[in-house]
Amino acid sequence: MSTLDKLADFEMDVLKEVGNIGSGNAATALSTLLNKPVDMAVPKVSLVPFEEVAERAGGAEELVMAVFLRVEGEAPGNLFFLMNPVAAKKMLRRLAAMEVEEDLEYSDMELSAIGEIGNILAGSYLSSLADLTKLSLAPSVPAVAMDMAGAVLVYGLMQYGEMGDTALLIETKFLDGGEVLDGQFFLIPDPESFSTIFRSLGVPLE
Amino acid sequence: MIQQQVVKVGMADLNIALDGSAIRTTGLGSCVGLTLYDSEKRIGGMAHVMLPNSSIAREADFNRAKYADTALPLLIEEMQKAGARLGRLSAKMAGGAQMFAALSANDSLRIGPRNVESCTAVLASYGIPILAEDTGGSYGRTIELDSGTGILHVRSVQQGTKEL
Repeated sequence: MSTLDKLADFEMDVLKEVGNIGSGNAATALSTLLNKPVDMAVPKVSLVPFEEVAERAGGAEELVMAVFLRVEGEAPGNLFFLMNPVAAKKMLRRLAAMEVEEDLEYSDMELSAIGEIGNILAGSYLSSLADLTKLSLAPSVPAVAMDMAGAVLVYGLMQYGEMGDTALLIETKFLDGGEVLDGQFFLIPDPESFSTIFRSLGVPLE
Repeated sequence: MIQQQVVKVGMADLNIALDGSAIRTTGLGSCVGLTLYDSEKRIGGMAHVMLPNSSIAREADFNRAKYADTALPLLIEEMQKAGARLGRLSAKMAGGAQMFAALSANDSLRIGPRNVESCTAVLASYGIPILAEDTGGSYGRTIELDSGTGILHVRSVQQGTKEL
């Protein structure tokens, strides 16, 4: 972890731009899917203690709909697309024209549709990163879970668990006035991926 | 009504509870909430274990509460300082789920069951009996141990609350 502790402001800015480009493309994809504008907050990049990662998603016990993808390739990492479960239902109705109930029960078909939406968004996030860095990056099959934020997000922290108690988190919030969509992207590159990302972007390494 | 005091345990953290207070950890997924109880002194202890074994630690000065094999001895020490005796301790545990069943082929994502196996083995090596456990499955849990009674409350989104 020692190297990550010493990331310069400049390097943090580079990662912020990485998050900006990735989630910007994902927001565009989402906007196309929903056929309505989607706004995006400026990404935040920070070294977050494990305990606080779930706080960023509303708290360890907060119920979230999570799509998790493992990023494979030259700069591996973990990618989460998190939604409020109520908002996710509304999105399904709009997007897939599915007849959905207003409750929090999700059928297998609905969960599968959520996974596919996550897959499309993650694909556009990663392909824009791959274009930018000229690195090969590919998402795994999406896995979907609706549960406590703490319980699902821990899967993004395993690669950091062996070396410290903090993880580097690149987070972006989507907004559309709060109606249909209330979503967040968490990109947590593996600790070993940073030097690859920086090198690919021509950032000098010490 | 007197508000019961609640001691919070974070991820990769441990603590003890005395004098009828409760001890709680939230959002256990693949992590295991390992609890010990001395029923005579009414001392409860809880560790939120994240990884099975400290042999993978790549840091020199690591957080002992993070790994099953180092968290248990540390928890026992803390409880002994408060007056508990190893011979009187019993264990209950919860967690160790596989949140994303679709990815279970990937070994690093089988971390939940591995955490449970490791906790079970470490408890056995100290001769501490496991009175109850609610482990596995594919859902998150929040647990709370009452140091007055030794009852472990396990809450999950889909299954509601149960008492161990």
